[in-house]
Amino acid sequence: MSDRMTLGQYYQTDSVLHRLDPRVKLTGTIVYIAALFVADNIWGYLLATVFLVTAIALSRVPVRFMLKGMKSIAFLIALTVVFNLFMTPGDILVKFWRLAITKEGAILATRMAVRLIYLIIGSNIMTLTTTPNQLTDGLERLLSPLKVIHAPVHEVAMMMSIALRFIPILMEETDKIMKAQMARGASFDEGGLIDRAKSLVPILVPLFVSAFRRAGDLALAMEARGYRGGDRRTRMKPLHYEARDYVGYFCLVLLLASSIVLRMML
Amino acid sequence: MDSLIKTDNLIYEYTKRDDNGEVIGKIRAVDGVSIDVKEGQFIAILGANGSGKSTFAAHLNAILFPTEGSVWVDGKNTKDPANLWDIRETAGMVFQNPDNQIIGQIVEEDVGFGPENMGIPTEQIWERVEESLKAVGMWEYREHSPNKLSGGQKQRVSIAGVIAMHPKCIVLDEPTAMLDPSGRWEVIRAARALNDVEKVTIILITHYMDEVIHADKVFVMDKGKIAMEGTPREIFVRRDELKKLKLDVPQVTALAHELRKRGVNVPEDVLTPDELANALDALKER
Repeated sequence: MSDRMTLGQYYQTDSVLHRLDPRVKLTGTIVYIAALFVADNIWGYLLATVFLVTAIALSRVPVRFMLKGMKSIAFLIALTVVFNLFMTPGDILVKFWRLAITKEGAILATRMAVRLIYLIIGSNIMTLTTTPNQLTDGLERLLSPLKVIHAPVHEVAMMMSIALRFIPILMEETDKIMKAQMARGASFDEGGLIDRAKSLVPILVPLFVSAFRRAGDLALAMEARGYRGGDRRTRMKPLHYEARDYVGYFCLVLLLASSIVLRMML
Repeated sequence: MDSLIKTDNLIYEYTKRDDNGEVIGKIRAVDGVSIDVKEGQFIAILGANGSGKSTFAAHLNAILFPTEGSVWVDGKNTKDPANLWDIRETAGMVFQNPDNQIIGQIVEEDVGFGPENMGIPTEQIWERVEESLKAVGMWEYREHSPNKLSGGQKQRVSIAGVIAMHPKCIVLDEPTAMLDPSGRWEVIRAARALNDVEKVTIILITHYMDEVIHADKVFVMDKGKIAMEGTPREIFVRRDELKKLKLDVPQVTALAHELRKRGVNVPEDVLTPDELANALDALKER
């Protein structure tokens, strides 16, 4: 079970995007998504396409990895398209029985589909080029201004990275418990939805008990190694902006500005 | 030599409750233990399950505090909250379960966790990580995920994580209990090398006899008290007493004992296979 899991789906290779500071990539993803929703004409979408294609080329990650996440949300996209297609009032293009496809509906459906697909690919690029560690580090640094209002930024980032560390361990444990219950005659793939949900109880209970025990042990080990929260801590791998990161930020500003201009002008 | 860790009539009690939370009684897990560990020593604390050895160990890192009596680590009393972090930097601790004490997602990051907490500057963290990983022979694995390592390797990473804090003393609380035999030897070898080369004081808590034969001094605990103390040789000739405490002597020592019973004149206090082989060779030549 744990062998099949690739956490955070990081793709190891050396590219400009991989070396980019995680803060730039996080901001970039947000700016890109914003630009996608600002766009309301063909030029706006063209701009986003150019940006996306450039990012894919720069990342040196095979395109099939980018499309990996698509399958799981294909249903969502299909649903959005169908609803937009049939539920939008306007000039009727085709009509069969009581369902009508309108011109406005077709445009809106295409738009939504493009937005969703672009959104998924865009965030996939970020997770493919950034290790989970860099991601939590970047998040911590990006959100650090919130410490002024006493938001537990360091604590949340620490929890995220501990969760990432323990997911494979707990997966393995789930596997073990399932096998142990199966050896005693439990079955997990029979019966209806309710039966299946019920059969998960004997897995979840021991899993929770063990997770709490692990948490206690880990807290003890962290304290024994002198952990006392985020203040006074130094970093082994501190984040530094380099020239390419400023270039990155500049491109992002350019992207956002031009998509706003494109919307207002045309 | 200076004494690094000293306990004076250490007593630890906890209240036992039944399922409804009613107090049943008080359990004395550690009962009047006084030991004195000098700098650079390799100390082993032996005991069967429930002998109080792990509870005792937790006092040396200021995780538990004595009910009565005192613990001094490098001259500092653990009872004083102001000393807490100094004590944790002086006496590092390695626990039993390798999975539950590795915090980092990459080996080198885990080793850097302690120094980060101490506020060490970045370049020095990297120096410490390098020297610690090399000291336990895990340098080649620095970029690996801890999840892909064997139990023995994980424990060596944990030890490196403690060494990187430059403690004077490392307390290993049953570090081999969850490992297979080859993993056990990896860990014990790493601990011995630290003691020999880096002169780090080691306190090894265990219930495996084979692991303590190289210790400078062995304490055997039973029901919270120190039942026996001495060098490994002095301890292991007292076979019957050990048996009463549900402990066994190392296999080689047991073999020598059986040989003596059947009239083969080998010394009673052999600890290693080599010693026994030499003794047998000497007999053959005679």
